[in-house]
Amino acid sequence: MLDDFLIRAVLAGLGLALAAGMLGCFVVWRRMAYFGDSTAHAAILGVALSLAFDLSIYAGTIATALAVALLVSMLTSRGHAMDTVLGVIAHSALAFGLVAISFVPSARVDLASYLFGDILAVGRSDLLWIWGGSFLILGLLCWRWQNLVTASVNEELAMAAGIDPRLERLVMSVALALLVAIAIRIVGSLLISAMLIIPAATARRFAATPERMAAIACIIAALSVLAGLWASLRLDTPAGPSIVASAAAFFMFAQVFRSH
Amino acid sequence: MTALIASEKLTINRPGTTEPVLRDVDFHIVPGEIVTVVGPNGSGKSSLIRALLGHMPLIAGRIDRRAGLRIGYVPQRVQLDRSIPMTVRRFLSLPRWVGGQVAALALARTGVAGLEARQLTELSGGQFQRVLLARALLHDPHLLVLDEPTQGLDQPGIVAFYQLIEEVRRQTGAAVLMVSHDLLVVMGASDRVICLNGHICCEGTPQYVGNAPEYRALFGADSKGTLALYRHHHDHDHDHDHDPHHDCADHGE
Repeated sequence: MLDDFLIRAVLAGLGLALAAGMLGCFVVWRRMAYFGDSTAHAAILGVALSLAFDLSIYAGTIATALAVALLVSMLTSRGHAMDTVLGVIAHSALAFGLVAISFVPSARVDLASYLFGDILAVGRSDLLWIWGGSFLILGLLCWRWQNLVTASVNEELAMAAGIDPRLERLVMSVALALLVAIAIRIVGSLLISAMLIIPAATARRFAATPERMAAIACIIAALSVLAGLWASLRLDTPAGPSIVASAAAFFMFAQVFRSH
Repeated sequence: MTALIASEKLTINRPGTTEPVLRDVDFHIVPGEIVTVVGPNGSGKSSLIRALLGHMPLIAGRIDRRAGLRIGYVPQRVQLDRSIPMTVRRFLSLPRWVGGQVAALALARTGVAGLEARQLTELSGGQFQRVLLARALLHDPHLLVLDEPTQGLDQPGIVAFYQLIEEVRRQTGAAVLMVSHDLLVVMGASDRVICLNGHICCEGTPQYVGNAPEYRALFGADSKGTLALYRHHHDHDHDHDHDPHHDCADHGE
């Protein structure tokens, strides 16, 4: 059954949807949209390094995404404004990545597949990585759930309850790095943060509690994957952008309803 | 009575600098006492609170807490973000889950019974402060710490909030440590007032501090009359044995 490329694509997409829906809520609550963009763009640099040194793409992207998260927190602690630092890092990481990848002849051919994803080419070992990473992210978030939600509402309240907000920020960075790694084959570096933000932003209108918002975001992300793949087959459009376009359509549709 | 929490010669720096924001502060609070810290902006009021809560590194001095001390905390200016959906009920279970009855009781105690299903962002300023107070009361604190709890409330709201604080103290026996800008109103509701400006300028009963030259130098002589706005009802039996004293002539540098 797994031989069918479409089944593999659906499974890969659903694995991403689960993790992206839940993690995306924290990205929205903590206003980390731009932060997610930076780590996602850095993944291109990770791909270039992995190909050049013959490493696994997943290991390379996780490492660069973590390095970028570390760099961002180092620069902001030196007094640079957060959005400036992210503006510098997001685009320079992408630029360095594109330059680096031009030195790797084998990668120049499928540069587009790393920028926009190539879900229809997902293999069995990719599925293993994607679902393994997805479960790791879900496990991490569920384990830290109460602390993460408290720190997202107010850091002072969290500290008074004995929670270290720096630790929760680290948990977020690790989860984001993992997500970038599993998403790059599916929607590509440029559209990863869309999969984080659009389902969560759509779910916000229908949710009264953080838990319900996370659940609804997962469902919307999953529906976007299915609708996007279907559209991609019927209309012969690129799969990654079609998935994101479906998510955007759900978002627009949700605006019809009264906000919670 | 032994102090719940006490500091000795406490010195801390302004965050991220080597400039001291507080020097040689001797502080204590005993069970059931209401202590208010007043002082101009930048005088170190919030820093004192954070240091006592253990959120700031000490440069010198020491802080002693009674073993097993439970603190309920209401921070300054909780900015709510519309992006995170949060009912009052869910908020009370952060970060520790509490049962429905416990939550309902805490809300009733602070005069906001039945608000469980409301979104935090839909509450008025006064309701939200009461929900924060209810949350701080959940785990039977020995000490309530409130950092400018009435910001954004109007005058009747402020008076009502301090009446509620006294009521909570009477019901639970918790000590209360407050930082406030509502100088004279809050001073009336206190057993003891500490006037802070980088160090303790003067401390004692509200009447004493209100008349102290150090206090007047900081806040202006004409601030005295409004003390009558709020009359403190002594319906509790604490011994006011702490002699008012002042230990500084050099303030407001």
